[in-house]
Amino acid sequence: MFAAALRRADDTLDLRREPARPQPAFGAAITARGLAKSFGPKTVLAGLDLHVPAGQSVAIVGKSGCGKSTLLRLLVGLDEPTSGSVRLGEGTGHGTARLMFQEPRLLPWRRVSANVEVGLSPAIPSAERRRLALRALGEVGLADRAGEWPAVLSGGQKQRVALGRALVSQPRLLALDEPLGALDALTRIEMQGLVERVWQAQHFTALLVTHDVGEALALADRILVLDAGRIALDLPVDVPRPRRRGDAALAALEGRIIDRLFNDHGAGI
Amino acid sequence: MMTLAGRLSSSAVGWILPVVLVGAWEAASRLGEIPPNVLPAPSGVVAAALRLGRTGELAQNIGVSTLRALSGFLVGGGIGLALGLANGLSSLSERLTDTTLQMVRNVPHLAMIPLVILWFGIDEEAKLFLVALGVFFPIYINTLHGIRGVDPHLVEMGRIYGMSPARLFWTVILPGALPSIFVGLRYALGIMWLTLIVAETISASSGIGYMAMQAREFLLVDVVVLSIVIYALLGKLADTVARLLERLSLQWHPAFQTR
Ligand SMILES: Nc1ncnc2c1ncn2[C@@H]1O[C@H](COP(=O)(O)OP(=O)(O)OP(=O)(O)O)[C@@H](O)[C@H]1O
Ligand SMILES: [Mg+2]
Repeated sequence: MFAAALRRADDTLDLRREPARPQPAFGAAITARGLAKSFGPKTVLAGLDLHVPAGQSVAIVGKSGCGKSTLLRLLVGLDEPTSGSVRLGEGTGHGTARLMFQEPRLLPWRRVSANVEVGLSPAIPSAERRRLALRALGEVGLADRAGEWPAVLSGGQKQRVALGRALVSQPRLLALDEPLGALDALTRIEMQGLVERVWQAQHFTALLVTHDVGEALALADRILVLDAGRIALDLPVDVPRPRRRGDAALAALEGRIIDRLFNDHGAGI
Repeated sequence: MMTLAGRLSSSAVGWILPVVLVGAWEAASRLGEIPPNVLPAPSGVVAAALRLGRTGELAQNIGVSTLRALSGFLVGGGIGLALGLANGLSSLSERLTDTTLQMVRNVPHLAMIPLVILWFGIDEEAKLFLVALGVFFPIYINTLHGIRGVDPHLVEMGRIYGMSPARLFWTVILPGALPSIFVGLRYALGIMWLTLIVAETISASSGIGYMAMQAREFLLVDVVVLSIVIYALLGKLADTVARLLERLSLQWHPAFQTR
């Protein structure tokens, strides 16, 4: 019955019968037209067009304060744009797209498994919720910590619980706002592998905001460089997975992105 | 981490000083250092307790005082909690009432006693009103602050995860405000007893305070001291119960995790 809730059609797209199990086209497509956002007199996004096909993983990079988080919140429908529109594909109504933040945002008064259950509709029977939560915890490698309080977990483990909570309802769209930003380098690499694995297994559409160009290149099918409220560079990453750090093709792409980020910096002065 | 024996002995350490003091008090009284009409020996106080206990007077007075304390607490605390929740959740409600409440707060509730006696005489309402007024503010303020202090990131997370307002309240806001509400609760319990002591001492025809004032007229120092001890014990009991509740409902809080 939960799959049915996921399949509930959004009025923006034609109804096509979906297979019950996640297939490569499981993710939700995103189409944004003339997307603009201002806070008072300050224009953060100045009319931006974007199409993300279902199941793609897109990384958004850019300088601090350039509007990455703002764009992400608009794309998942958390905030209203000043003008322009966002259309999400079938089955991605309000409250079904999932967002992960730099902080895990776990409820300290709920045990780990109950925190994962927050990601599920309360309409699901509690035994079923518990089973799904334990399965999601297994997917993020924390099945044995289900009964703990979040306070006793390490930063990386908390973030994995948050990932489990985001994935337990099998969302079609997962947006990640610097989810690994607060982790140490080794935990980051481990978590990148985990995020890539679950993305490959579930085929949701992924939007990843990151400061780390290397991370973007490791995870994304496509990289957007955001600058002055517009998409300054839209770069496909056609490097087969699993990707190896230091791969020559990746290094060349990294060079282009960093050039784009820095050139602009020079021009700005 | 502590072994059971270690925990027992560490709590026993706290009792050494009181036991020594009471022992010294008893010894000084027996040696005639403290005249019995100034301060009776501890054994004298215990004897008074047994005497009054046998007639049923003691139990009756304790019952009356406890009932007053609790009913005043329920009324004042209930209103404080309700208004604290309402003002924490709705800015309309807050704009409507908070300024008024903050102004009233500056009137010490015990300063109302003459007025309260004029209104209610020495009836039960007088005591109930004073206790309710006294416990209202700590509960109100701490509930309000508790709700304000709930991590906005968690509230946003709840919204993103599609929680209904009711679910958001029960799973995110109330548990987040609970530590602060407990601070208010324990503070209010202290005020509850204090208010009751003052009110019963000034005007009452039953209760511990009344028992103490009567004993004063007949120069029964042992009963006066007994009343004071009973107030202290009741206060301690209320605080212990509150702490137990706190411990039970805040198990998740790092400050209460014994492991
Ligand atoms: N609610 C808001 N009210 C006013 N200004 C805002 C608000 N949210 C964001 N801004 C402004 O919009 C701009 C973009 O913010 P945003 O958080 O999207 O940047 P970012 O690219 O995510 O930065 P970072 O990499 O540091 O997280 C900033 O200048 C910020 O001050
Ligand atoms: Mg940001």
